[in-house]
This record gives sequence, C-alpha cells and structure tokens, in this order.
Amino acid sequence: MTTQNPSITILIADDDLDDRAWIEQAYIESGVDNQLSFVQDGNELLQYLHRQGRFTAPGAAPRPDLILLDLNMPGMDGRQALTQLKSEPDIRRIPVVVLTISTDEQDIRHTYDHGGAGFIIKPETFDGMVEVVKVLNQYWFETVELASGQLVRKFRHHKPH
Amino acid sequence: MPKNAKPVVFLMADDDPDDRLLIREAFQESLLSNSIYFVEDGVELMDYLRHQAGFSNPAEAPTPDLILLDLNMPRKDGREALAEIKSDPQLRYIPVVVLTTSKAEEDIMRSYDIGAASYITKPVTFDGLVEAIRGLGQYWVQIVRLPGKESAKAK
Repeated sequence: MTTQNPSITILIADDDLDDRAWIEQAYIESGVDNQLSFVQDGNELLQYLHRQGRFTAPGAAPRPDLILLDLNMPGMDGRQALTQLKSEPDIRRIPVVVLTISTDEQDIRHTYDHGGAGFIIKPETFDGMVEVVKVLNQYWFETVELASGQLVRKFRHHKPH
Repeated sequence: MPKNAKPVVFLMADDDPDDRLLIREAFQESLLSNSIYFVEDGVELMDYLRHQAGFSNPAEAPTPDLILLDLNMPRKDGREALAEIKSDPQLRYIPVVVLTTSKAEEDIMRSYDIGAASYITKPVTFDGLVEAIRGLGQYWVQIVRLPGKESAKAK
C-alpha cells in the first residue's frame, strides 16, 4: 500500500466548463492533494499524452497516473479517444476511467471492450461527486499498483517526444 | 450513487488453497452480499468462462462481472489467460484485476499492457487483505457501473 502522494497527476478530459469546475471543487473538498490537468476533447487529450500542440513546453504535460474521460465531447469524442490511446504502447498502461452522464448500456459495453478501467455515471449531487473522488483515490492510489513506477520514468528519458 | 442493480459476481483464479481461503474470508469480512467463485488455474478459468468441462451449468458457474487473477499458476498462468480473455470478443468486456504476490515492475507493466483493469499486490497480513478487498468493493461495486448481463448478451 502506498500513501497519498502529492505528485500524483490526474488528467481530466471534459468539454463542459461547469463539470470541470465541479470536479476540481470535489477534489479540493475531499482533501486530497493531487495535481489535476484538464483537456477539453479527445484531440487535446492525445496531444497532451504526445506532448504536442500547446503541451510541448517542459513540464506542460506531466505523465498522468489516471485519466478521467468524458464520452460526449466535440471533435474526437471519448469513445474514439479511448480506442486510440489503448492502441498505443506505453500510453495504454495508464488506466482510463470513464466519467459521463451517459447511462447507455452500449457505452458501458464499449468502454470495457476497449480497455476502460471503470465506467462511472456522474453523480447528480456535489456530495456524490466528493464520494466518487474519495473512492477513486482510495482505490487507484492506495489499493492498486500502477505502471508508473521508476522503470517507466526511466524509459521516458530515453524516448524523444 | 449509481449502483449495480444485481449482486456483483466475482471469479477468482488462484492455485494456492490457503490464498483462496483467505480471499473467501476477506470477502465475508467486507462484501457479504456479493458472491465469489473460484477456479484453480488458467485452464479452469477459460473452461469456466466458456461454459465448458464442468462449468456448463450457469446456476453453479454464473458469468462473472469481475475476474480476480493470480499470475503464477500451473498449466496456464495468469498472463496467458489474461491475453486470451482480452483477445476474445465475447469475453474481453469482463474487467480483470490482477491479484498476486509479485511486486515486479515487469509484471505490473506487462499486465497493464495486455489489458488488466488494475493490478493489486496481495497484502501480507489478513487485515491488509480485508482492506484491499474493501477498496476493491467500494470501487467496482459501489461507484462503478459494470455491463448488464442481459443487454450485453443481446447486443
């Protein structure tokens, strides 16, 4: 079991500004000291992970330990982005949890078929969102071992971007 | 809070009888209402998932909502079974959580590479194991929505 680590980075892909603010508030409320990065659609998500576009500056795109992915976004949506990033070596090791208002059984199935590590329906209340954030942190950063250890970090220094 | 309408069925693949017993007890401690089924290696796991051999009766071997997978097992190990599940269009939707004593970075990376939903190192104490199973239950049972069986079959 690891302890809460302030260097944990969570990358959130969501086009809705209100939802982004709400998720951020829930993280603050839950008292966990994670670094949150936001992108607004699937294209930006891939640019962030590839350190392209507005993410080329050193430190602009720290490797996320967890990705929270909305499904319905303009341009490249969450379904396409999930399929794309799960087909890429190295990047595919980062767990992707879908966080959406969709309750469509086809979306749920698609998410798991394509390597999603969870499908969470956005809670309707702020308290519900705080609870989701707490459980996410408890599970991913205290129960689970992630593939973002030393070895991965070492590899990254040798890989030009 | 969105909940799964039905009790979540767990299937654990582990060749060590002591570990299976501990897991069963940890489940009783933390997830009373949920059911857990056991197989002893990767060959049995694949037979179970494909309703073959001794696993053709769905009442005795219900399709799991989540698989807990040990890595080191005889006949067919967890790595091979995981790769097989994740390349089968009928089975790949079932999330697989690796639960093993291995802490090797190589095992962690490879498991995620071939499609594990998460990787948990078996805690050495029983209290630690109960805590880990509780964390597992809070996430997969209480927060996450898993595919519904009927509609998954229909589509």
